[in-house]
Amino acid sequence: MRAFADLIERLVYTPQRNAKLRLIADYLAHTPNPDRGYALAALTGDLRFTHAKPAMVRELVAQRVTPELFALSYDYVGDLAETVSLIWPEKELDGGGPPGLAEVVETLTQAPRGAVPGLIEAWLDRLDANQRFALLKLITGGLRVGVSARLAKTAVARLGDRDPAEIEEVWHGLEPPYRGLFAWIDGQAGPPAVAETQRFRPMMLAHPLDDPAADGLDPGAFRAEWKWDGIRVQLAAGADGGDGGHLYSRTGDDISGAFPDVMAAAAFDAVLDGELLVVRDGVVAPFNDLQQRLNRKRVMPAMLTRHPAWLRLYDMLFDGAEDLRGLPFDARRQRLEDWHARVRPSRMDLSPQLDFADWDTLAALRAGARADQVEGLMLKRRDSAYVAGRPKGLWFKWKRGPLLIDAVLLYAQRGHGKRSSYYSDFTFGAWRDAAADAPALVPVGKAYFGFTDEELRQLDRWVRANTVDRFGPVRAVRPDLVLEVAFDSVHRSTRHKSGVAMRFPRIHRIRWDKPAAEADRLATLEAMIVESAKGPAATEP
Amino acid sequence: MPETPITDWLEVRPQGLFVRPGGFFIDPVTAVDRAVVTHGHADHARPGHAHVLATPETLAIMRHRFAGDPAGAQALAYGQRLRVGDATVWLAPAGHVLGSAQVVVEHAGGRAVVSGDYKRRADPTCVPFEPVTAELFVTEATFALPVFRHPPVAGEIARLLRSLSLFAERAHVIGVYALGKCQRLIAELRRAGYDRPIFLHGALEGLCRLYEAHGVVLGPLQPVTAVERRALAGQIVLAPPSALADRWSRRLPDPLTAAASGWMRVRQRARQRGVELPLVISDHADWDELLATLDAVAAPEVWVTHGREEALIFAAQARGIRARALSLVGREEAEDGG
Ligand SMILES: [Zn+2]
Ligand SMILES: [Zn+2]
Repeated sequence: MRAFADLIERLVYTPQRNAKLRLIADYLAHTPNPDRGYALAALTGDLRFTHAKPAMVRELVAQRVTPELFALSYDYVGDLAETVSLIWPEKELDGGGPPGLAEVVETLTQAPRGAVPGLIEAWLDRLDANQRFALLKLITGGLRVGVSARLAKTAVARLGDRDPAEIEEVWHGLEPPYRGLFAWIDGQAGPPAVAETQRFRPMMLAHPLDDPAADGLDPGAFRAEWKWDGIRVQLAAGADGGDGGHLYSRTGDDISGAFPDVMAAAAFDAVLDGELLVVRDGVVAPFNDLQQRLNRKRVMPAMLTRHPAWLRLYDMLFDGAEDLRGLPFDARRQRLEDWHARVRPSRMDLSPQLDFADWDTLAALRAGARADQVEGLMLKRRDSAYVAGRPKGLWFKWKRGPLLIDAVLLYAQRGHGKRSSYYSDFTFGAWRDAAADAPALVPVGKAYFGFTDEELRQLDRWVRANTVDRFGPVRAVRPDLVLEVAFDSVHRSTRHKSGVAMRFPRIHRIRWDKPAAEADRLATLEAMIVESAKGPAATEP
Repeated sequence: MPETPITDWLEVRPQGLFVRPGGFFIDPVTAVDRAVVTHGHADHARPGHAHVLATPETLAIMRHRFAGDPAGAQALAYGQRLRVGDATVWLAPAGHVLGSAQVVVEHAGGRAVVSGDYKRRADPTCVPFEPVTAELFVTEATFALPVFRHPPVAGEIARLLRSLSLFAERAHVIGVYALGKCQRLIAELRRAGYDRPIFLHGALEGLCRLYEAHGVVLGPLQPVTAVERRALAGQIVLAPPSALADRWSRRLPDPLTAAASGWMRVRQRARQRGVELPLVISDHADWDELLATLDAVAAPEVWVTHGREEALIFAAQARGIRARALSLVGREEAEDGG
């Protein structure tokens, strides 16, 4: 438990991805089975303890600590698990020493509900403060250490000098504590065997592209499709999978639970690649609508009705047990179309292929797609096999140009890690048309990338020289500097004072030359809002 | 039992605690005629007093900080008694920083102890705290919440050394207060067998030299400016907390920011300061130690100052002690970074 607690402690405070990777890999290298397997499962979110609840922890501490002192402490610390871990009275150790991670996980998984409080209490008496914190966070299901499942698996890959895609290939058929996986990583066994229908196949990804003509691409060698603005998914549905199949995100996270409507339609035996969308009456809804369906463990019936999910298919990886990934794209597409015509699954359609003879035609189509539901175009070589990862020269994403506004810098906040000495998070505003003759700036967004290192230095210097007020790590600045902000789209938002929310805002250019009074108005931004009804229809984009 | 209640001769004035029979203040916040100073931290030792009574070490620290001031200084070694007016004064070790003392005042058969800041843990750089029984005890309350229980220092040092071996290409820059924490951290590193040079921000050099002149062995120290940027990879660099978030830290190769303070126990506080490696090392008593001290001093009346009074007063009253908050201006929270 000590090593796991130390890892959690370090991860909580470590912002850089590479440093996190090193901490995890170092832990996995120095921790024996089965502890490291359970730690990995904790990081990938594959451990669940249904009987341990925060309320139970609160009751336990109430028996040990005076309520007045607990209240003062909780008020100061602000987090229940942390307060309990720090305030828990430390008795003389009973000689048993701290329990191992595996002991905790295995005992808790098998224990009946009534036995859980006693178990937790006894463990808390055997652990130090950091370990108590790790225990409480682990069992109440909120590690929150800023590590994605993908990152944890990448650390495993690093440990065995393997490609992360190899881990992904086998991951979804594995169970904690992953003894087979580690035996393979340690070089003591071959890769673990996994049932074909239960696993995630690493996806094929595209390279960004600015101008296909300039890059000398031959239009005759490519197919073009819309790049839909949902989330890329893989549907692995298997007749002999036994559990109705799985829906995976691009990173291999199983999101089936949030989309029972799509899963109910997956009564066939195939592995498909497509875009997950919310579609109402054949019209794709804005990304925000889909966002409400994501990150939910349970979906209420009303949500299923109001935000119906839909799968727009791009590609076919398996038809039954037949692996199509080695076939050229055109051949796979033909198989997909034939299959779709034959099976006619509900809640799924094919992403149409676009007609074009030359890049100019396609550029015109792309320019016309100013709608919210399309991010741009996908170009795929007609002869491309389905290759995991981001192979060169096969697939390209040709995003539509970003939207731009000129905004005024209002606040700057210090960054983290490497950037902790720089003001690198910028809040900017647009002019609101006031009824009276006093126009005011209203914050419309926040950006913390898009600039070069040199521009960051310039911005940092400017912020320090133009500060008018400070609130902790935040500085308010003289509203004098205009930033050209690029963003993908803008939506209505009731959570923001401005009434709008931008998607992926980034600093495009610093307009040292432009007077703040000439920056854009909020009305300009509002005019860019795309309502869901105006999007391209499903069948004729 | 005292002939006159202590509350009749120990007064709370805007400048600080005033001992009427001796005509002097203890740790006054503004310049006064006569002051007794517990220790050299800025919230206790102020410049400009006409006469100052303190330990020789504290006087040396004040002279270092205030360029020669105080002029009228009188040194009083630990345990040495001195008659001041109608009162007797002596100083007992407080275990907080070099030279730190509790001020013991006796008058009319009663005894008050003003502890200043103190801790109960072993510290290789100063004399350990000695409890003195009293009728009235004035205690600090910097970490007076039951969530503050400082872990063993050796464990924190071990975490630092582990990080240094895992991130061997990064300079580990640690925010430390210039007086006390800096030298204690160095001494603890030496005790753990770390014998490489430790690099110092310019603001820390003077007090390290002063500690060494008082017999505290700190091993090889080097100014950061003495070496090339690259040479700092994998080294320990100490700097005042204010320098961490500032442009100064840019001269270090891929710095990993740490801080050594009792506040690091609470995640929210550590995060606010952008710390990647929080080390819970404090020069103040933690909750258990505050309560143990109340028991050892056995004073029927306790005044609480310097931090989170509420919880400590509650716990003291539960022990049958008369306890109240002593609001001293300019003493809301420890200025020494905990
Ligand atoms: Zn102090
Ligand atoms: Zn103090």
